[in-house]
This record gives sequence, structure tokens and C-alpha cells, in this order.
Amino acid sequence: MADTAAVAHPGHPDVTKRDFLKLVTGASAAIGTAAVAWVFIDYMNPSRDVLALSSVEVDLTPIVAGQGITVLWQGKPIFVRHRTDKEIKEAQDVQMSQLIEPQPDSARVKAGHDQWIVLIGICTHLGCVPLGNKPTDPRGDWGGWFCPCHGSQYDTSGRVRHGPAPANLGLPPYAFGSDTKIKIG
Amino acid sequence: MAGQHQSEFTNPLVNWIDSRLPIFTMMQKEYGTFPTPKNFNYFWNFGALAMVCMMVMIATGIFLAMNYQPNSELAFGSVQHIMRDVNYGWLLRYIHQNGASMFFIVTYIHIFRGMYYGSYKTPRELLWMIGVVILLIMMATAFMGYVLPWGQMSYWGATVITNLFSAFPIVGKSIVTLLWGGFSVDSPTLNRFFSLHYLLPFVLVGVVFLHVAALHVVGSNNPLGIDVRSPQDTLPFHPYYTVKDSVGLCVFFLVYAILVFFAPNFLGAANNFIPANPLQTPADIVPEWYFLPYYAILRSVPNKLLGVCMMFGSILVLFVLPWLDTSRVRSAKFRPIYRQIIWLWVLATIVLGVCGAHKPEGIWVVLSRVATLYYFLHFLVILPILGKLERPLPLPESISRPVVGGGGPMPSGATARPMEKA
Repeated sequence: MADTAAVAHPGHPDVTKRDFLKLVTGASAAIGTAAVAWVFIDYMNPSRDVLALSSVEVDLTPIVAGQGITVLWQGKPIFVRHRTDKEIKEAQDVQMSQLIEPQPDSARVKAGHDQWIVLIGICTHLGCVPLGNKPTDPRGDWGGWFCPCHGSQYDTSGRVRHGPAPANLGLPPYAFGSDTKIKIG
Repeated sequence: MAGQHQSEFTNPLVNWIDSRLPIFTMMQKEYGTFPTPKNFNYFWNFGALAMVCMMVMIATGIFLAMNYQPNSELAFGSVQHIMRDVNYGWLLRYIHQNGASMFFIVTYIHIFRGMYYGSYKTPRELLWMIGVVILLIMMATAFMGYVLPWGQMSYWGATVITNLFSAFPIVGKSIVTLLWGGFSVDSPTLNRFFSLHYLLPFVLVGVVFLHVAALHVVGSNNPLGIDVRSPQDTLPFHPYYTVKDSVGLCVFFLVYAILVFFAPNFLGAANNFIPANPLQTPADIVPEWYFLPYYAILRSVPNKLLGVCMMFGSILVLFVLPWLDTSRVRSAKFRPIYRQIIWLWVLATIVLGVCGAHKPEGIWVVLSRVATLYYFLHFLVILPILGKLERPLPLPESISRPVVGGGGPMPSGATARPMEKA
């Protein structure tokens, strides 16, 4: 049998039956290994119960102007802040050239709901939670949020105005169910 | 550069590493060119299969531990969480659960191979004894693993097995309290069992390494049970036995996959789907199939201490098997009587397994007593005497002669000597 396996294919003197067998064996083993590897890799992805916790509803009525609250969504702090007219105006009137990551305020709130800003409350530098939801917190020079870890400052639209953070605070996916209720996620 | 290893590998990176740490040379020597008897049959696959089982169990076990909670309040639920919520959790758990059974099937066949072909005889006594240590570690690991899902059988299995130690006079009760970390099987017990269930497999890896190291010093036995006499009697391990092991591995994976995908709970107990309840013992309490023969031995003896001693003794007797068997011929192929009575021993063990699965009443008590008696009779009486009385068949001159007929190092006219030193 070993002799027949080594016999060259007619017309292709360099190709033997053994080459074919090796190729098929190797390919089958590689596909099998990849399939098993995927099982182990996907096992570490979020499980169904974690995914099931991926949306949360927030009632906005108790939040007075000038104040913000923090809610937990996917294990992360989400800032929901009720902005005053002054804060909204400040956020809207900024020159784009002054921003580290230029972005108009209108792109960071839902149309018609300018008073509500909803942000992922994680500093884009190294992941601390910035201060500033309570009026008594330090809010930095731009009246938004101030990160106690390394001094990054954000304005009332959650845009970074002072480093070391490189980017604006993230925006979670959310939608208004009514004027006083949002669903995050 | 004095003393640096002269590597023969041509790949510069491999050569650079190998000159400083000759792992490639070692692998080449032990698994590449390693001279292996050329007459292996498929029984010689089972060592490699057991190694694969061990690796599968460790890989799946490490991942299961990522989602398991070793706490009596949470354990049962966390296993259900793995089964229902975690991606492919059902698959990894069924592979692990049935992997224990596959590991024992493979290991029991591996042990039978050693007994049938006399692999425990000189110079492989220590190799065999290390193997018995491996079996003991496997059993401890399997028992503690079975406790972790914290179902009814887990709980009552743990209670019964730990209570075995209460049979010992004076210190028995204190030992059991120590094992439990309390006054009954509870969260502290579960927590330490989890810790040890994670530890012991790595101890097993170490002992398996010694088993393989000892094997590579004395070399493999073979179906003829005679020594390798010349390079003509051997083949390089690779590709001949890597390929032969791979063929067996494919069949093994096929059986394993059928079990995992089509009958994942075939070998399990329905009672373990009920959360542990310290107030109610299940009506039918049996251990996993691989412990049934020992369980039957335990129950066949009416005295508590003696029953426990005989149960442990049924495995410990394997340690001295190399000295109980007085025949110098290794392979059963050349021992006309042993070749038949070894099957009686297998029958006795299977009968014990069946008895262990039934309630100890009526015919099952009688059967398990007879089988227990024969089990020990085989090792302690028959083997020592048989070695003196039995007249073995003539052994072949070399491994090559029966394989390639007429070849081999001896002249073709030489006759076989009947009592050649094996």
C-alpha cells in the first residue's frame, strides 16, 4: 500500500497520491482545530444573561435643571444631566476650532431635547469616572465634568477641553420613550 | 561556548534555541526517532488516548471554572447557568462530564493491556506502580469533580465516600470532620473539593510525566512480550506510531462525539438534576459506572472496616502485582492457562460492576461475594501458583521473525527455546 501511495499521478509526475492524502489530512485537522478553538473563544464572550441586561429605562422627572444622575448600564456609569439654559447656550456657542475633538452640540443630544445630555461616564484617558453630576462637585473651567485621576476637563456637552484625555465622553445608544423617559441600550 | 549543545537543526531560530535549550533535540529523540517495537497492535493506542483525555479534561475544566461558583448556595445554579446562558457552555460541560467516562474507559483498557501482555514485569515494575498512582489520582479527581454540580447524587456521593474514613477505629470520626471542614458535607466541603479538583489534574500531569519518562528509559513492551534485540525489531516512533495513534484517535473522538452529542446524560444519574438536599437521601444511590466494581466489593462485606479495607485493597493489590505474578513470560500469548483465566478475572470485575448497580439484596449479594472472592483469589493465590505450574509455549527468537517471517538476527534454522528469560 505504501508503494501505491507514492505512485505519481499520470501527467503530473511531481504529484503523488501521498501528497493528496497529506493535504486532505492536514486540512481536516486544521478545520477541526479551528472549530474547537471557536468554541473555547466564544465561551468567553458575554453570556445570554449578561446580554439580557443590556438595556435600562430611566425616569427623568426627578432630575432638576443643573443636576445630573448616574445610572448603571452594562456595568458602566451613564451620566444623565439636565442642563440649564446657560449651559445649553455655552455648549452650542463654542467655536469648533477650540475643541480637541470637534463636534457640534447638536450631534451629541437628541433633537428637541437640548436640555438632556446622556454620556458614558468614563474618562477617555484611563477609565476613571469624572466628577460633576452634583452642582457641588468640581466641574472644571468649562462647567461640565472634571476627572479626579489626571485632571481632564469636559464641557457641558461632555466634550474634552483639557487633556490628557484624547476624546469626548462617549454617547450610549438611547431613545426617548416619552418626554420624561429614556431607554438606554 | 564550552559545553554548549551542538544542535543539528538547520532552521537558524530552531538551532539557536536548541543549542541553548535542547528541547527540539529531546522531542526528536523521544517522539521522532524513538525506537519502538514494530509489532504493536491497537491496544498500544490507549496510553496516547489517555494523554489526550487528560488534556481535554484540563482544557475544558479550566474554562468551566470561569463560570462555576464553589458555594453550596450558588453551585447548582451556576452549573445550570453554564448549560443555558454561557456560549457553548453546554458543549464544554458535556465534553467534560463525558470526558471523565472516556478517560476511565481508555485507562481501564490501558491497564488491561498491561495485564494481558505482562507489561508490569521486570524491568517495568516502577512504570506500572506509577501507573497505579495515576489511577488513584484520577479516582480522587473524578470523585471530587462529581461533587461540584451539587445535585442530589453529588451531595450523597460525597457523604458516603467521605464517611468511608469513619470506618477506621479511634481517628475515623476526626478524619471525616477534617475532610468536611464541619459536621456535615456543606459549603466548606464543596469549596475545598473545588480547590483540590483544580489542583490534582496538575499533580496528575507531573506523575504522567514520570510515567512517560520511565517508559522511555525501559522502552515499550510489545504483544509478544519479548525484548527488543536489534534495530530490526523497531520502527521510529514518527511517522509509524504517530500515524497509528492518530487512526485510533479518530475512532476515539467518534465514540466520544456520539456520547457528547447524542447521549450526553446516558452515563449520568437522573437524581443529579435535583439540587442537593441534606434532609433526603435519594432512593437509588449508585456511584458513576467507573466506581461500581469497588462499590460492590465494599457492600459485599458485612463488616464496615473490612469492607473499606477490601475496597482500597482491590486497587492497592495492583501495586504488588509485579511480584505476585511469578511467571517470567510476559505476554499471555505464550501462557496457555493465564490467557484464559485473565478473562475470568475480567468477568469477575464486570460482574462486580453489574452488582454495584443493583440494590444489595437477594442474588446480587451472593454474586458480588463470589466475584469479590475471585477478584482477590486471582491476584493472591492463582497468579503466584500459576507462574510455577504453567508450561509456557516456546517464545519466538525475536520480534522480527513472526512479523516478517524468516527475517531477524537469528539463523532461520534456530529453534525457539521454551523458557527464554522474558
